[in-house]
Amino acid sequence: MSTDARGGRVTYRELGLTDSEYDLIVEGLGREPNAVELAMLSLMWSEHCAYKHSKKLLRGLPTEGPHVLVGPGENAGAVDVGNGIAIAFKVESHNHPSAVEPFQGAATGVGGILRDIFAIGARPIAVLDSLRFGEPADSQRSRYLLEHAVAGIGHYGNSIGVPTVGGEIYFEPSYEQNCLINAMAVGMAPHSRLTSAAAAGPGNILILFGALTGRDGIGGASVLASAELGEGDDAKRPTVQIGDPFAEKKLMECSLELLDRELLASLQDLGAAGLTSSASEMASKGEVGLDVDITKIPLREADMEPFEIMVSESQERMLCVVEPDKVAAVLAVCEHWDILATAIGSVTELPLFRILSGDEVIGELPVPLLVDDCPLYDLEPQAPTTSLYPGGDQRIATDAAPADTLLALLASANISSRRPVFEQYDPVVQSRTVRRPEQADAAVLALPVLDVDSGAAGAPVPAIAISIDGNGRRVAVDPRAGAAEAVYECAANLACVGATPLGLTNCLNFGNPEKPHVAWQLSEAIDGLAQACRDLEVPVVGGNVSLYNESPDGPILPTPVVGMVGKLPDARRAAFLGFANDGHKIALVGGFNPSRDGSELAKLHGRAPAGALPEKNVAEIRATHQQVRDGVNSGAFLSAHDIAEGGIAVALAECVISCGLGARVELPDGLDLFGEDFGTAFIVSGTAEDLAGLELIGEVGGDALEIGGVLDLPISGLTEAHASGLADLLR
Amino acid sequence: MKFGVIRFPGTCDDVDAQLAAQRVGDAELLWHRDRDLKGVDAVIVPGGFSYGDYLRAGAIARFAPVMEEVIEFANAGGLVLGICNGFQILCEAGLLPGALLINDHLKFVFRQVNLEVVDPNTPFTRECPPTLSIPVKHTTGRYYSPTPVQVVLRYAPGNNPNGSQDDIAGVVNNAGNVFGLMPHPEHAVDLLTGSEDGLRIFESIRTAVDERVKVTL
Repeated sequence: MSTDARGGRVTYRELGLTDSEYDLIVEGLGREPNAVELAMLSLMWSEHCAYKHSKKLLRGLPTEGPHVLVGPGENAGAVDVGNGIAIAFKVESHNHPSAVEPFQGAATGVGGILRDIFAIGARPIAVLDSLRFGEPADSQRSRYLLEHAVAGIGHYGNSIGVPTVGGEIYFEPSYEQNCLINAMAVGMAPHSRLTSAAAAGPGNILILFGALTGRDGIGGASVLASAELGEGDDAKRPTVQIGDPFAEKKLMECSLELLDRELLASLQDLGAAGLTSSASEMASKGEVGLDVDITKIPLREADMEPFEIMVSESQERMLCVVEPDKVAAVLAVCEHWDILATAIGSVTELPLFRILSGDEVIGELPVPLLVDDCPLYDLEPQAPTTSLYPGGDQRIATDAAPADTLLALLASANISSRRPVFEQYDPVVQSRTVRRPEQADAAVLALPVLDVDSGAAGAPVPAIAISIDGNGRRVAVDPRAGAAEAVYECAANLACVGATPLGLTNCLNFGNPEKPHVAWQLSEAIDGLAQACRDLEVPVVGGNVSLYNESPDGPILPTPVVGMVGKLPDARRAAFLGFANDGHKIALVGGFNPSRDGSELAKLHGRAPAGALPEKNVAEIRATHQQVRDGVNSGAFLSAHDIAEGGIAVALAECVISCGLGARVELPDGLDLFGEDFGTAFIVSGTAEDLAGLELIGEVGGDALEIGGVLDLPISGLTEAHASGLADLLR
Repeated sequence: MKFGVIRFPGTCDDVDAQLAAQRVGDAELLWHRDRDLKGVDAVIVPGGFSYGDYLRAGAIARFAPVMEEVIEFANAGGLVLGICNGFQILCEAGLLPGALLINDHLKFVFRQVNLEVVDPNTPFTRECPPTLSIPVKHTTGRYYSPTPVQVVLRYAPGNNPNGSQDDIAGVVNNAGNVFGLMPHPEHAVDLLTGSEDGLRIFESIRTAVDERVKVTL
């Protein structure tokens, strides 16, 4: 990059800034930025850091609630679960790196979200993943991406000792070129350990600790590599970040010990845009300035340029602010954990971020210019007149027998058992996991440490439940209603284990917002999300936006992913999804209003995701969720499963497959076996006494699923279809 | 009695093993750099990824200062339990025969498996019923030994998750005081989290320690 200012006219465009944005920078600075400053500004003013196309819309999300301890703006949000315990959580995307290098992309996605959690002082206790790929049956590439992304997630989560307790995967053609890898992490902390990233106290010392700073990720975040290093081969070097879970495990233990010993004034992780973003956000939140001396920063490669040092996305690094008299103690803790720690600068009074090279000032930027002054854009939404997404191949005849249709749905890529995937993840480390994948509709983690007195035989075990949901096909049908459905569905999953929602995090994966129809999808979806959050009184405590997920074939399905955390009074009563006992009654709870637009069956019929989603009665949804929670927590409902993809027939089959007990069911006249409605209705079971007054539809027993007058399939056939779908594709 | 649970950098199941051991006795963590077992009655080398499993699972941990003490303790007859990564470390340290190789399917596997207790007369299995349900979770768990070994646990028919030779899930040394297994008994100590069969192994150790003369170094 030329350090000549106007020579930068070309460069700033290559760095992704528009002419008007550059003019704003020059105006704000009162001069042209130099090379280091421009590199920093271009990243801080990128969509990724500045949310310039989504921030105005996100302001519509409700963020306040009685349990919220930390709302949006910190590294992760946090809610109170009682007894002085906070639960921190957040979901983030790592889509584009994973499309380039799925193993490392997915692994560093997990590593990044875990750092967000322990940066606010919480010990990570769970990971969940939301993944999207192209059609696996048609695409070698999609099978490759799936296999390696799953291996990468497992590699990081398993090795660092955080259980992967849940997730979801969908396969749709629109994700063929642009897979989605969203990772959610959940952490736990005493209230007193919750920490802000706000730098404080002029004169305090800035300490960088963790891995060395290298050249990784520089080309990934921008086009700097080609603009800057044009002469040598270094410029062509692939710049995917490489994760090291061993380094992060030590970094996590070290960070938590530093906080436990109350040695830090503030703590921040280094993620996208590296030191530039971390340090300037710390300064901005604390309304202070920072001096950073790049000659102090330990480098992996000696000849790194100043701008490279400032924007490197090397993984497993943290930044903290320490009072001068505590520096020695901080360095000692780091040494105990074999963590390299270096004082690289200090907090200053004036809100200036100064980059020093020894005694020489090589960059000086007002913190507000970096963090706050990027212009926010209004979208120009316009509803498309035709469906944006074509139908696919027809995979089953529209007049197929119900039994054949059910088996085809159970074996379909989107519904079949996820066992081949989740068996690659450790769900039990940390000894809190009361409900594992495929045991219940939500993961359940005990809050207190389980011991000989608190287990199955002891006192009630308060717990949290976690679920992550998002169905792009339904959002494509109707972005507003589809996004709302994701919230209802997530809350329904929590209700199945008796949990009341406390907070929500979301990852908004969309195409290019500068295109009117994508802008429309995005603004409609955020409105729907906001409305559903208000309907259920679940505040949004944090999240992430991933835009420009497009390929030459068009945008991905609009994919808002919702992660929700709830609390339940006694994990011992968390309902399983499978029936408990022969002879128990089966009831249908809730206002179920199924239709086929956007359903899995419509997809198998080759239909495009278009039409309309079922109308929702919010009061009824709230009442139904409460009824299910009460039934589970009182011990009346011994199983509970919400009806979602594949409709009531698939929901019943899943109950049967999960427990190995059959069922004889009579459905109400005219009820569509395969129509879908999300978050509204549940299959529950229990004794006849406990289910008195409910709409009974059948009884547990036998070795088949019999739906009166419609189908009669042995459990073995159902199980085989369900087990084979994804497994066969991955073989 | 008191268990000592070794903590290397990268160990993940140390606290889990400590919690499980605390159901039957006292348990404290022992740091990898300390040449001090603090007078414990039995040592647990827990699961995880010591030193990131770099080079080869267990290959670096075997050289940790604390392992010198563990080897001396074992050679003096002290009870040593190695779980998963701990099993790998004990093999690397020469305290157990054989080696753990990468799974035949080349992937990490988590699975609740059924185990047959082949030898109920060891200090680690005397309280065990004939079969146990305990989870496995590993990438490098395929047991191999070119010479005959004393098998304590086998995967039940159809339950071998990794291609282990002769379905071997756990072995003891010739003296019978060092036991390594790939399944995680510390993750099967409470019905609430799935199974309590693993607790029988910790109870067996307590019974054995109660009957033994204390090993002092």
